[in-house]
Amino acid sequence: MVEFSLPKNSKPTKGKTHAAPAGAKNLKRFEIYRYDPDTGANPRIDTYDVDMDSCGPMVLDALLKIKDETDQTLTLRRSCREGICGSCSMNIDGGNTLACLKPIEDCKGTVRVYPLPHMPVVKDLVPDLTHIYAQYASIEPWMKNDTPPPSSGERLQSPEERAKLDGLWECILCFCCTTSCPSYWWNGDRYLGPAVLLQAARWINDSRDEATGERLDNLEDPFRLYRCHTIMNCTNTCPKGLNPAKAIADIKMKMVERAG
Amino acid sequence: MFAHYNLRTPLGRARGLGSATEGLHHWWAQRLTALALIPLTVWFVAAVVGLAGSDYEQFVNWLSTPYNASAMILFLGVSFHHAQLGMQVVIEDYVGNHGWRIGTIVVVKFICCGLGALGIVSTLIVTFGV
Repeated sequence: MVEFSLPKNSKPTKGKTHAAPAGAKNLKRFEIYRYDPDTGANPRIDTYDVDMDSCGPMVLDALLKIKDETDQTLTLRRSCREGICGSCSMNIDGGNTLACLKPIEDCKGTVRVYPLPHMPVVKDLVPDLTHIYAQYASIEPWMKNDTPPPSSGERLQSPEERAKLDGLWECILCFCCTTSCPSYWWNGDRYLGPAVLLQAARWINDSRDEATGERLDNLEDPFRLYRCHTIMNCTNTCPKGLNPAKAIADIKMKMVERAG
Repeated sequence: MFAHYNLRTPLGRARGLGSATEGLHHWWAQRLTALALIPLTVWFVAAVVGLAGSDYEQFVNWLSTPYNASAMILFLGVSFHHAQLGMQVVIEDYVGNHGWRIGTIVVVKFICCGLGALGIVSTLIVTFGV
């Protein structure tokens, strides 16, 4: 449901300011959302001045430099640092993206770093993705067949059939799209959101899968699928350049196709 | 947003009551009515502009032709049908409480049906001069 006011204890206050080491000349200011549920205090926005002469080019480099050299309590997820694992998704400069793919020089002035929007926060920049992962599991993202595999062991697919998975298989489940979607903000308990629907499309479009109708049955629902109102935030924000809105539109057209 | 403090598993919560296995008809009807409203609205606006300054008798003469009366009835019927479909989606988006949601949707549907009937019957009365 739409929420017009922030829940209790969620309004950020001004936090600490961490100055750069003396002598640093090329400074960039970072304002980072900090929240520790164990303290019971409101979240705060801490300010860090980072010496860019000894920092890598991406926002993730700066965050790790802060964590390594200035403030070890800063908590974030990261793993591959090259846009493949999807761990370091967060809201940077007002847009959801991967910190490892976001150049600092693209951020004019102060760099503002928040966790993915409208998700429960575990700590600092770490959102609780339990529900999204459960929604992903609910679309049963694996190949379903009644026919046993051929004796060669491989289920064959023509190049044309394989091409239908392009733009879908590349999704790394960072959930930048889902957490940028107002429909997901208001009705995320039931709406599956762009990332999970794109994954659903990945299996619906797979010529080797035999459960297409069952998958469409599971999606045909005013909330699970039809909460998508083509707002397009998902496509705008995807750090991998994918088009979840088109994937959702394709699912809707499949619904039309099978009805008549 | 999420019911974090009950003991259902995350997958149980995500699956919820299962799929309604409907929604296509509503979505499709919304698009078809939107498509139909493009020519109907153009016709209606052109008619209103064309009738500017006319008196009642001229308006009745204009409306009493089969084409204009049919177009007016279609415009009214399709508009209110489209309105209730769209309002339902808006209410589902923004009203979380199930009781309020259903109640508001029922009220909106009744109002749209009533206004649509009123408009169509009025058109017929004017057309046939009852």
